[in-house]
Amino acid sequence: MRYLPHTAEEINDMLGVVGVSSFDDLFKSIPEDCRRNNELRFPGPMSEWELNAHMDSLSSEISAGPDFKTYLGAGSYEHYIPSFIPYLVGRSEFATAYTPYQPEISQGTLQAIYEYQTLISRLLGMDISNASLYDGAMALAEAMLMAIRVTRRKKIAVSNLIHPHYRRVLRTYFAPTDYEIIELNGKGNGQTDLEAIDKIDDLAAVAVQSPNFFGCIEDLQGIAEKAHAQKALLVTCFSEALAYGLFKNPGSLGADIVCGEGQSLGISRSYGGPGLGILACKNKYMRNIPGRLVGQTKDLNGRRGFVLTLATREQHIRREKATSNICSNNSLCAVTAAMYMATLGNNGMQALSRLNYNKTEYLKQSLKNAGVNIPFESPTFNEFVVEFPSGFEKKYKDLLDRKIIAGLSLEPYYTKYKSHYLLTVTETKTRKDLDAFVKEVVS
Amino acid sequence: MKEINELKLPEDVRYSKDHEWAKSNGETIRIGVDDYAQDQLGDIVFVGMPEVGDKFGKDEVFGSVESVKAVADLFMPVGGEVAAINTALEDAPELVNQSPYGVGWMIEIKVDNSSELEELMTKEAYLAVLQGE
Repeated sequence: MRYLPHTAEEINDMLGVVGVSSFDDLFKSIPEDCRRNNELRFPGPMSEWELNAHMDSLSSEISAGPDFKTYLGAGSYEHYIPSFIPYLVGRSEFATAYTPYQPEISQGTLQAIYEYQTLISRLLGMDISNASLYDGAMALAEAMLMAIRVTRRKKIAVSNLIHPHYRRVLRTYFAPTDYEIIELNGKGNGQTDLEAIDKIDDLAAVAVQSPNFFGCIEDLQGIAEKAHAQKALLVTCFSEALAYGLFKNPGSLGADIVCGEGQSLGISRSYGGPGLGILACKNKYMRNIPGRLVGQTKDLNGRRGFVLTLATREQHIRREKATSNICSNNSLCAVTAAMYMATLGNNGMQALSRLNYNKTEYLKQSLKNAGVNIPFESPTFNEFVVEFPSGFEKKYKDLLDRKIIAGLSLEPYYTKYKSHYLLTVTETKTRKDLDAFVKEVVS
Repeated sequence: MKEINELKLPEDVRYSKDHEWAKSNGETIRIGVDDYAQDQLGDIVFVGMPEVGDKFGKDEVFGSVESVKAVADLFMPVGGEVAAINTALEDAPELVNQSPYGVGWMIEIKVDNSSELEELMTKEAYLAVLQGE
């Protein structure tokens, strides 16, 4: 669906039909003093050379430009994006100002979303996925509200090893409700301590992230058993979807609802957004999943077609009883993720996951050999926590001046973890990079 | 849609203002939606059921019924504990359209207070309400 601006001729034709003489006449019902009568103050047009130089000078002012070696992940990951993905996603059929859902004009868009839903369901081991939400934090909040709808219970237990930003959004969502959030602490091995949940009555769901914020893989199967023993649902969350190319997916380990952030599936980091909110569940909760769903059907002549489905749950039909207020999706990012997953395929996803894992293990082992403390013993995917000697802040700044970002300090989020840093390694780092990094941080 | 005089409104069940019917079944009370409700909703594609053992007060929502054009809540005509649900509706929700008082029944409950059934409307009283709507 193309969006083309009107020509002056077309505008005049339309004004003639409406019966007004000028564009200003069209708006004369708006009081004069509420209307702008001068031009917008924009800089003039630039040539291609000027624009490139301008953009280069802007990016050189940014604290971490493309020439930095970054070991910072924590929910936003540097992955290689094949160049045909931005090309395809930029095509006008996909890059429109609004997602057209009308089946009679939007079979391509609907099919692309349907493919996305199929790929996400397979990646996570779930039966169905919605058409996407805005980001991982929103997906977590919506997943927890969904669990409350399904179980008609009022308390949720949430691991505090879920991304701190996701938990803040969750608390914002829950603030006006009378539902209770109970936080579960971490254990010494970097996993969530579940002991508290046995004593919680009226428990709707247990939510954990795996790999969690410290990069550690949680024992999802054990947590599922504990949650299900109380007839509560297991909601699992993730910020790094590529982990499931190597580790067992949450569906096969007993998760009822899976939510997370899909940025690492071919979406550029863009200073924190837009992201991709992923939400998937088992079939039996289908009527409680919020957001749009695309389904496959047949037309009168038996030909395959795609349409929005289960729309009776949504707010334009069910008003205040809708499953959510989301009547849109993050289509462009969802389509990007679908293209990325389709490009990698099953084998590619496994190979890429393994590459991330191996490189991370290499850095972890090298740091350990160099005498750096690795506080959590649980297995990790492409992130892990290190404890640097106290006073590392100064070295962190020195490294930053030399265009190396030595991970994320955990102290602002977990005050007891002074001098603890979360390091991330993806396929973008070479052995040379990693060896040089070890040398830098221990010198 | 049916005219009011075309509706099937049996004499041996009681009716609620929310268009549910209730009928004593000996130990339990059987509940469903009436001919007016199924006719208004159109083709029913899904019935959202409670679980056996769930307890609801009179007028509380115990489930939902989804047709091709809308989702409507199901309200308890009398309060009680769910003793049975009609599992046939899982695969054949259209039974509610075909036989709302028969094989399209929804749940059976053990009532808290048997006088609540007597307080529901008879066919005549319910007809008067429908004619007013």
